[in-house]
Amino acid sequence: MTSVIATSALVKTFGQTRALDGLDLSVVAGEVHGFLGPNGAGKTTTIRVLLGLLRADSGTASLLGGDPWHDAVELHRRLAYVPGDVNLWPNLTGGEAIDLFGALRGGLDQKRRAELLERFDLDPTKRCRTYSKGNRQKVAVVAAFASDVELYLLDEPTSGLDPLMDAVFRDFVWREKEAGKTILLSSHILSEVEALADRVTIIRRGRAVESGTLAELRHLTRTSISVETGRPVTGLSEFPGVHDLTVDSDQARFDVDTVQVGDVLKHLIQFDIRTLTSTPPTLEELFLRHYGDELARESNTVEASSR
Amino acid sequence: MTSFTGTGRLLRLALRRDRVQLPLWLIGLMLVQAVTISSIVGLYPDDSDRLALAISSARSPVSLMFNGLVSGASMGATVVTQGFLTVAVGAALMSTLAVVRHTRQNEETGRAEMIGAGIVGRNAILTAALLVAVAANVVLALASAAVLIANDLPAGSSVAAGAEIAAVGITFAAVAAVTAQVAETSRGANGLAAAAVGVAFLLRAIGAVSGQVVDGGLTVISAWPTWLSPIGWGEEVRPFDENNWWVFGLFALAFVGLVGTAFALTAHRDLGAGMRAVRPGPAVASPGLLSPLGLAWRLQRGVLLGWAVGLAILGAVYGGVGDEIAEFADDSEQMADYFNQLGGTGKLTDLYFAVALGLAAIGAAGYATQALLRLRSEEAGGRLEPLLATSVSRTRWAWSHIAVAALGIVLLVALTGFTAGLTYGFVIGDVGGQAPRLVAASLVYLPAVLALAGLVVAAFGFLPHRAIAIAWTAVALCFLIGQLGPLLDLPQAVLDLSPFTHIPAVPADELTALPLVVLVVLATGLVVAGLAGFRRRDLTTS
Repeated sequence: MTSVIATSALVKTFGQTRALDGLDLSVVAGEVHGFLGPNGAGKTTTIRVLLGLLRADSGTASLLGGDPWHDAVELHRRLAYVPGDVNLWPNLTGGEAIDLFGALRGGLDQKRRAELLERFDLDPTKRCRTYSKGNRQKVAVVAAFASDVELYLLDEPTSGLDPLMDAVFRDFVWREKEAGKTILLSSHILSEVEALADRVTIIRRGRAVESGTLAELRHLTRTSISVETGRPVTGLSEFPGVHDLTVDSDQARFDVDTVQVGDVLKHLIQFDIRTLTSTPPTLEELFLRHYGDELARESNTVEASSR
Repeated sequence: MTSFTGTGRLLRLALRRDRVQLPLWLIGLMLVQAVTISSIVGLYPDDSDRLALAISSARSPVSLMFNGLVSGASMGATVVTQGFLTVAVGAALMSTLAVVRHTRQNEETGRAEMIGAGIVGRNAILTAALLVAVAANVVLALASAAVLIANDLPAGSSVAAGAEIAAVGITFAAVAAVTAQVAETSRGANGLAAAAVGVAFLLRAIGAVSGQVVDGGLTVISAWPTWLSPIGWGEEVRPFDENNWWVFGLFALAFVGLVGTAFALTAHRDLGAGMRAVRPGPAVASPGLLSPLGLAWRLQRGVLLGWAVGLAILGAVYGGVGDEIAEFADDSEQMADYFNQLGGTGKLTDLYFAVALGLAAIGAAGYATQALLRLRSEEAGGRLEPLLATSVSRTRWAWSHIAVAALGIVLLVALTGFTAGLTYGFVIGDVGGQAPRLVAASLVYLPAVLALAGLVVAAFGFLPHRAIAIAWTAVALCFLIGQLGPLLDLPQAVLDLSPFTHIPAVPADELTALPLVVLVVLATGLVVAGLAGFRRRDLTTS
């Protein structure tokens, strides 16, 4: 596996703010890499450093085997970027903006351009000043996917798109993935990352707190189980890894550490299972587990300061 | 809820946003006045000195054009004649910029949408913007009157002198209220309003130059074009002479008419829209657009066209009155003295053109500043980021804008000389000779404009957040030094700050190459340094 993006101990400060605080990020060729974090976690700063728009204070970053700051122009021929906040020239039309980005990236596939415009239902004759946020985003997405590049850097590309367009967007991401392209998908929309990403990095306060495949990450958390049995379930509370157990005669509900699921099921079989539902952890729960303590601490601080 | 609900809150918001900018404008304009007054008190203490100055000013088209109407030789009248125009134009620009900032700019950035969603009446935004401008002008009027009274001038006339400045400012605030409805962008609204100030300046200049000198050469009765211009009305108040308070009635009528028009226009358009419907454009880009240079040209051409029209008219007017100099050049020694003061000897007409073309070149510097600040506004507006994410280098992008700006500067400087030569040549029957001669004379000012342009690029490279303030302050200083410097006998060290000071007064003086070469080298150095700074820094949007 060739590494397409590799950063190590990346630090970027803006005055007092430490936007990146030793970030490690690794994206390998051919994968869709979900880059998750709440607003202000440092996702956009990371992408700007990777694009050579910002200069890192310390740490190393490599992009497509080159240095993002020094080799910017050469590297940019091989990538396409969709900013989170798309700003266009008010008096150019959408079609002109798409062609301009395409030409400056080194050419664009006219057939793809036409197909993308149709699928995204975008009118290229409108002036950019009249586009809504979603339509401006479509301009950037069409320009990106109509270019023939190896790497896509997508910064919250669907934040302004409606669900219909979201589905079209996912189609094109899959298509690029099948064609062997690499995609860094920054997002805070968990279902999107869950549907598209092979691997995920969760970033918090400028630092990667978790990184791996979804399966690996799930392994670290709990599965919810709800079971209806012939006889009341006993002995579960002594089981290691079982949490939040409630037993109501023939109904039992609990969470279990994912590594313990097998043992727990063997134990349940003795009680004559009628129905059983097992819900694997969602990315949402993963996410909340990492940020939940922060939320809790913040509310404590508020209480403390209000006292 | 009335259509004015929320005006008070919006006014406080606007004052809060302007808490640095407006005080700086006011302090700057007050400083100009204070320096003018103290210099005139120092340079022309006796009645006989002022009498001579008044007579020569009344007979000099240059003075009538660039300084103002003559209305007697008292200390107060002299101060108003020599200093009113600069401050009035300053007040007009301060007012138009303030009104556009709080109206069209809010709409352009989407802030007006959030404000409009609050408990805010339809007319509140425009009313608050006008109130800010009116308040600033009232402060300016009171401060101006106070400065005059502090110099032992009569109180009543001092108040009239302050009020005429404020009245010009407030009238142009109302003009901007209309242009902010008509134009769709704040750049467009500011451009239209500034053009209105320029037309008003020219109308009163024509009125003053073609007026009659009466009262033993101490008073100029202006011709009718002056009465078409709010700046001209300001002059016609004639404080320290006639104190024509009734002229303020004209200001009031104009204000009511313009503000009424602005409110009527607001009621007939959507938020964020202009008066014209937006037409669809091409679905594909023409090949000419598909490069950084093509994009820069597309973004810059409108601004260049606007300045070209303005400066071509300015040049034509300067050229058109050029011949009037000759009519009294023979019989007035004081005239010769006046021109010598402006820095040179030679034929009076040539000296006149040296002054006029120098002033037009500062106009070209205004264009250069606006064009090169595009570098910053593209960056701050977030439009640079996606461009630099393509295979365009920072240097190539910056050079594309610099190239368009440089082309525009050369074009504008040559154009003013050309139109001046055309009309002057037409009047004296020598178009073939005068047009190329004045184009060449005008181009001599090019290095000074380029030096200012270099400063803008350097500011962009090293101090992006301060670039706009630095650039416009530099242009304003050059204008003030050129306009008031010789008259006020400012120290040479101050005069030397302006690159225009170092340009030989061609066509009157001999051409000397050294200062021009030094300025071009300086301009190149500033651009190269600015680009080096830009290559090394982070992109910043805020």
